[in-house]
Amino acid sequence: MMDRGLDIRSEHLLRDLAPQVLGVVIRRFRDFAAAEDAVQEALIAAALQWPREGIPDNPRAWLIRVAFRRMTDHVRSELARRQRETAAVADMEQLAPPVDAVSESDQDDTLILLFMCCHPALTSPSAIALTLRAVGGLTTAEIANAFLVPEATMAQRISRAKSSIKASGVPFGLPTSEEREQRLRAVLHVLYLIYNEGYTSSIGPHLQRLELSREAIRLTRAVHVLLPDDAEVAGLLALMLLTDARSTARMGTDEELIPLPRQNRALWDQTKISEGIALLTAALAKGSIGAYQLQAAVAAVHDEAARAEETDWPQILALYELLKCMSDNPMVTLNHAIAVAMVHGPSNGLELLRALDSDTRLAGHHRLDAVRAHLLEMAGDHETASKHYRIAAGRTTSIPERNYLMRQAARLSKTDEMAP
Amino acid sequence: MKYILLMVGAKAGVDTYRAWSEKDIQAHFAHLKGINKELKERGEFVANEGLAPPDQAKVVRAGTDGTPITDGVFPEAKEFLLGYWMIDVDHPQRAYEVAARLSAGPGPGGAPLGMPIEVRQIMSGRADELP
Repeated sequence: MMDRGLDIRSEHLLRDLAPQVLGVVIRRFRDFAAAEDAVQEALIAAALQWPREGIPDNPRAWLIRVAFRRMTDHVRSELARRQRETAAVADMEQLAPPVDAVSESDQDDTLILLFMCCHPALTSPSAIALTLRAVGGLTTAEIANAFLVPEATMAQRISRAKSSIKASGVPFGLPTSEEREQRLRAVLHVLYLIYNEGYTSSIGPHLQRLELSREAIRLTRAVHVLLPDDAEVAGLLALMLLTDARSTARMGTDEELIPLPRQNRALWDQTKISEGIALLTAALAKGSIGAYQLQAAVAAVHDEAARAEETDWPQILALYELLKCMSDNPMVTLNHAIAVAMVHGPSNGLELLRALDSDTRLAGHHRLDAVRAHLLEMAGDHETASKHYRIAAGRTTSIPERNYLMRQAARLSKTDEMAP
Repeated sequence: MKYILLMVGAKAGVDTYRAWSEKDIQAHFAHLKGINKELKERGEFVANEGLAPPDQAKVVRAGTDGTPITDGVFPEAKEFLLGYWMIDVDHPQRAYEVAARLSAGPGPGGAPLGMPIEVRQIMSGRADELP
């Protein structure tokens, strides 16, 4: 995503300033959709001019000025349009107040913007795209690139998302205290999805996609700074860091997936692990345990084992039991079955999987077959395990996972062929 | 999630299409154009192409030395790929909905053709959580 010709420092500066500038412009003109377009244009203008002319003394004021100018142009043309339509005379100054009348309170703008972009009226893909642009300061082209769709399609998606928000009539401001908790969960979920989008490998411009996880961490960090006492925000940030710490080790030289037990743990990023564990420890001490904290705790247990054999599976099992009590999520049940197998033996895990066969949410899902194959292999039934790896490979829509599962199937068949 | 919608036509259908009236052809393409417009407006459009008529199609195989061996038209084939749409939608139902609209494109006299549309999900480079 560094295709703007900017050095990393300017790039970060621009991205950090984007939500602040947008907040100021929205507050002034009270039009989220148009203000968002104006700020996007200001960011693009900065990316063109700054490398040539140097970073201005007050970059924030520079961006606000350019965005205001764009907004004024927009208001003027809107006015002209309306005048053409209604022949009414309106007060231009009222619609486009002078720049020096700007209020400078941008304390919570990042948070307000996140609440708007992760609005419940939006589908996840729309919320993700809008968040990356309005709060993350990415260009439409960069977002389109990351999701491998044409730029016009992404522009249209963003524009529709803004129309939906406008139609919902939500004012620019923090949600009411009753709504706040639920709306914050929606924000965290979108950030989690952005992280997962980036947590990828193989085909496509994957380096760019890896930056999506970096972007998710940056945004979650910003939320954590604004809401330092929210344990789930800290939990999500910890989860991302503790997972991200293994990103280099989880892919081989041929971009093949390497599962946890076979990863070279020397490649794990200890700085991220320490930060994640510190965040998690502080969050857990606050006493309001949530799903992100528990998932982060599982990641921490893995990260703390110097060797795969030293993994504290009884603790992971206890954490999944807590998670199971909190949510009725079949993926949690699957991971719980793995933990049961690691602690009490594969047949106990397989027994739990049989109960999942009738779960419609998992019917035909490759993950169920993949876990079954894994546990069958643990139980020594290589032939059936190989069969289930193949079924799983046929059901996944992820290329890296299909390749991984095919290799597992092939590995087990080979062992059988070589057996006397 | 991305899908490819494959419009497959029977050999007989391709032949009779050539006998359509100007008006019927226009109505059919207006229908497809309307769908493309909607896909673009909804931010779902990825790509769309129509393929040249099967008369010019070649089947290529590598010879023992790797040189291409081309067969002419494949008279034994009963069905041909006529064109495709790639879309990025929120859920599979939406892909089926678009496919049904494509299938309902008008034929001679305006009656829906009911062409079969094959709906296939496109694989992604993204790996979900690791096992």
